[in-house]
Amino acid sequence: MDLSPVWLTLKLAGITTLILLLVGLPLAWWLSKKRSWFKILIEAIITMPLVLPPSVLGFYLLLGFSPQNGLGKWLQQTFDVRFVFSFQGLVLASVIYSMPFMVSPVKSAFQQLPLSLSQASYTLGKTRWQTFVHILLPNIKPSLLTAAVLTFAHTLGEFGVVLMIGGNIPGVTRVASIAVYDSVEQMDYKAANNYSLVLFAITFIMVISVFMYNKYQSKSPLE
Amino acid sequence: MIEIVVEKKLKAYKGLNTLQISKEIPEGAILRITGPSGVGKTTLLKMIAGLATPDSGKIIVDGIIWFDDAKKINLPPQQRHIGFVFQDYALFPNMTVKQHLEYATTDAEWINRLLAIGMLENFEEEKPAHLSGGQQQRLSVLRALAIKPKLLLMDEPFSALDIKTKSGLIMQLKTLFAELDITALIVSHNPQELDGISTDELDLEQ
Repeated sequence: MDLSPVWLTLKLAGITTLILLLVGLPLAWWLSKKRSWFKILIEAIITMPLVLPPSVLGFYLLLGFSPQNGLGKWLQQTFDVRFVFSFQGLVLASVIYSMPFMVSPVKSAFQQLPLSLSQASYTLGKTRWQTFVHILLPNIKPSLLTAAVLTFAHTLGEFGVVLMIGGNIPGVTRVASIAVYDSVEQMDYKAANNYSLVLFAITFIMVISVFMYNKYQSKSPLE
Repeated sequence: MIEIVVEKKLKAYKGLNTLQISKEIPEGAILRITGPSGVGKTTLLKMIAGLATPDSGKIIVDGIIWFDDAKKINLPPQQRHIGFVFQDYALFPNMTVKQHLEYATTDAEWINRLLAIGMLENFEEEKPAHLSGGQQQRLSVLRALAIKPKLLLMDEPFSALDIKTKSGLIMQLKTLFAELDITALIVSHNPQELDGISTDELDLEQ
């Protein structure tokens, strides 16, 4: 069995999760603050991939980043980056596609922290950044972990977006879910089964670990 | 000397309620703030701390303008250097008793003294979830004192303490206030609680 699609999938999920931790955390914090129409709009856009058919998202990404069109052309000419049929394209699509899985739980975790926690920190002379790092972040750790694991698992399960923008290039964009589909197309049910089993096992272990962690971790004193 | 002349509209059960305050508090005073629920006692403390913004007026502390809507001055809470005891304690669930104080000050000797005052020496390594209500409340008082504030704002700081612990702590605080030259504003529902310590009273009427 050619394991490269599995490694590629894990690499994609890992990078996506890492990027979303960096991007999603501040974004979730910002969204958890006072509501405004602008924020509602941004949040709606972030949440769209949850309900939008992945092929639709993939289609627009394909159009947007195609080197024949404006943005894609500009990116290719100026920075020599290409987002269609490339690994970085998969990363970009995955970041957009999995963003709600990171942002939404982290946002509600921030919102559930009493306002007085940050206020207490401010009265002790601490800046917003110090408060974020020392008070807010440590107190949403369980939600953060859950969000990261779900983001990772969700990226493993991507299919439609990847197929649209990445295609099926072995070693570059051929992730495990595509390999399953491709194997079935070629009537190679054994290979399809192998890939499927690996995906099933990894995702099952991840989901069950999250459940166990949430069950056994000490109850939050804020509840 | 603290001069407060502020006005703020508060959301009340029946429409809006306007909180109007005009008060001068001499340095070193211990002011007891009373009044019915929802009248704005907590809001007053938060306005002084910079955690809530008055609609209009000014707050001047020792000649420094902390808030003045006409001059558009509003000092952030970090620059006001006040000790604040929150009604809900606002303890940090991720920190032990000692870490709470270490977050506020690096003075180890001062931390040990505070722990003794709050009778929490044996609970240094405990997180808030494992403390009793009274211990949590004492910790919130200690944390506010840790920065050696000149102005201490306390919102119902003794409500969870039994009478003996309360009077012991109040006596210790009295000494400490004198030593550190602290002006304290204390919201209290219990009329006798601050007898013998408070020097002035502010009764907020509806």
